[in-house]
Amino acid sequence: MLTYIVRRLVAAVGLLFVLSVVTFAIFYLVPRLAGATPETLATRYVGRTATEDTVKLTAERLGFYDPVPVQYGTWIKGVFTGAEYDFGAGVERCPAPCLGYSFITRQAVWPELLDRAPVTISLAFGASIIWLVSGVAAGVISALRRGSLFDRAAMTVALAGVSLPIFFTGLVSLAFFSYRLGITAPGGQYVQLSENPAQWAYSLLLPWITLAFLFSAQYARLTRAGMLDTMTEDYIRTARAKGLPERTVVVKHGLRAALTPILTIFGLDVGLLLGGAVLTEKTFSLNGLGKYSYDAIVAGDLPKILGVTLVAGFFVVIANLVVDLLYAVVDPKVRL
Amino acid sequence: MSSTSLADRSGRTGSPPAQPFLDVRDLRVQFPTDDGLVKAVDGLSFSVERGRTLGIVGESGSGKSVTSLAILGLHRRSGESKRSRRASAEPSARGNRLTGEILLDGENLLAQDAERVRSLRGKRMAMIFQDPLSAMHPYYTVGHQIIEAYRIHNQVSTKAARQHAIDMLGRVGIPEPSRRVDSYPHHFSGGMRQRAMIAMALCCDPDLLIADEPTTALDVTVQAQILDLIRDLQREFNSSVILITHDLGVVAELADDILVMYAGRGVEYGSAEQLFNRPAHPYTWGLLGSVPRFDRPPGERLLSIKGSPPSLINVPPGCAFSTRCDYAELNSGRSETERPELAPVGPGHLVACHLPPAERQRIWADEIAPRL
Repeated sequence: MLTYIVRRLVAAVGLLFVLSVVTFAIFYLVPRLAGATPETLATRYVGRTATEDTVKLTAERLGFYDPVPVQYGTWIKGVFTGAEYDFGAGVERCPAPCLGYSFITRQAVWPELLDRAPVTISLAFGASIIWLVSGVAAGVISALRRGSLFDRAAMTVALAGVSLPIFFTGLVSLAFFSYRLGITAPGGQYVQLSENPAQWAYSLLLPWITLAFLFSAQYARLTRAGMLDTMTEDYIRTARAKGLPERTVVVKHGLRAALTPILTIFGLDVGLLLGGAVLTEKTFSLNGLGKYSYDAIVAGDLPKILGVTLVAGFFVVIANLVVDLLYAVVDPKVRL
Repeated sequence: MSSTSLADRSGRTGSPPAQPFLDVRDLRVQFPTDDGLVKAVDGLSFSVERGRTLGIVGESGSGKSVTSLAILGLHRRSGESKRSRRASAEPSARGNRLTGEILLDGENLLAQDAERVRSLRGKRMAMIFQDPLSAMHPYYTVGHQIIEAYRIHNQVSTKAARQHAIDMLGRVGIPEPSRRVDSYPHHFSGGMRQRAMIAMALCCDPDLLIADEPTTALDVTVQAQILDLIRDLQREFNSSVILITHDLGVVAELADDILVMYAGRGVEYGSAEQLFNRPAHPYTWGLLGSVPRFDRPPGERLLSIKGSPPSLINVPPGCAFSTRCDYAELNSGRSETERPELAPVGPGHLVACHLPPAERQRIWADEIAPRL
């Protein structure tokens, strides 16, 4: 078990390394191959109106004249030892771990990510609990009462939830619940958990529910299909033949088996969300990692995009590891 | 089989007129489907006395398993209370129709509510299933599953229940039961799993044990062990056993009485001795003839039954077996139009066939017996 975890952690580090190489190549190598010169890359950071000399100087300072592998080496060195950027007007320190330095906002990426992460974590945490509970409950009831009015209604709502994009449901619910009825917080009002837990929950309630709606729809459908499948298993018949009450048969014997695949997807979904719920955060103006990457993409701020991509990748890799470990706990047939 | 014929039978054995432990009367089980009403069991009557073993034999789809599930109350029924219907998740959305009587120690299970039948399940009547791997929950230990069954019906501590589970595992011949109690089903071999299933079924000391093809999924060498085990435990617990199988070797091994089923009905009933030595129904002849034997010359053709079983939606109006029967034409059309009822051909030996007794004797003696 322990050796398995160590092995997986080593593999995770390797995976993150590969991810960094690939991401770096996409942002720094591919434009070169497509014909971009160090000067055109540098114009992003100084604006189109700058003189040719300024552009050249900037390209020089940012190391754009170096071969791409050298640039990558400089960047990865910064991650471990920190980096210094000379802008002529003074040297900017980017302490380790320096995931990059935005030349547009003159800010190191890592502290900004640390700043944004709690918003995204809060959003993902609350929403995932809501969607897991509501999705699984709806799925189980639908499966047990297949063909009933509840089943058909729930599956119609689920279909809507799967199909409707979050910016639509988010904007509609904002307009209705926050601005018309005034029962939920309007967008952009994040309060830290440590500051005021009640306000924290209030400010996130609508984003939670909107995001959870999207996911719980999928989970309801998955749970329903899984339950319909497991409830026809021989061991369910055995459980009934033993004289167990139907509730025990359904929850302890049926749901237990149906939940295993859902657990996998749940872990991956949460891991993915921790890297930033881009649309939700944008819709509700929450300053999390998702909005951070959105803003970075719009501004073409490559170091920021690179940093946030790596952090998102980190969460997915960790989520994968946690899911695999949980699997060994849930399913006795899995040996690590 | 009518109730009068049942009376004949108890007169024959000379037993007191006490009720048999399980008495099934005119049981009908019907499943509505999109194609029509499936008459899975169509007017079946039989009884099992305490300490006796009834073998139910028939092809796949003859209604054997449906009957056993009906006795345990495991079919979802129409007209059940909303509460119990909601709790059930059988694939068919429409309720199944069960009529007739299933008297367990005098109590008609079909007239009881679902909760009462549930409290009897596992306690007074228990079941062993065909495939012990799929019949046990893969995520719980064998011990946990036995303890769960025991504690539902007995107010005991987990510790006492665990000790009981270990005892039961020991009794069904699982070595090192105190260690194996914490194993998962996939740690067990097929035979061990079936032993564990038997331990689970017998943990509450049921009066009726239904074994639905208990050895079909097992190796031949293990089959004999399991059959011996069932026989020994039956003697020890003095329970009634219903043994459902298509394997005549298994019934020969265990059963006191045998009921042959075809298309949801009983076609022949008698003691094991009668059924094997003087079978009276052409279908039983076919079953006996289709068993390969070592004491016959190699290469000799088996007596196979031609055709395939009728659809249970459109059962032929007369004898359900008439389309496959070699002797139906001897009955001048009666087999096609008139449904034969079980009638005595010997003491306690009933058969549902229009063949005149003399003709039947002749066919058996001249054509069938020499080939068996």
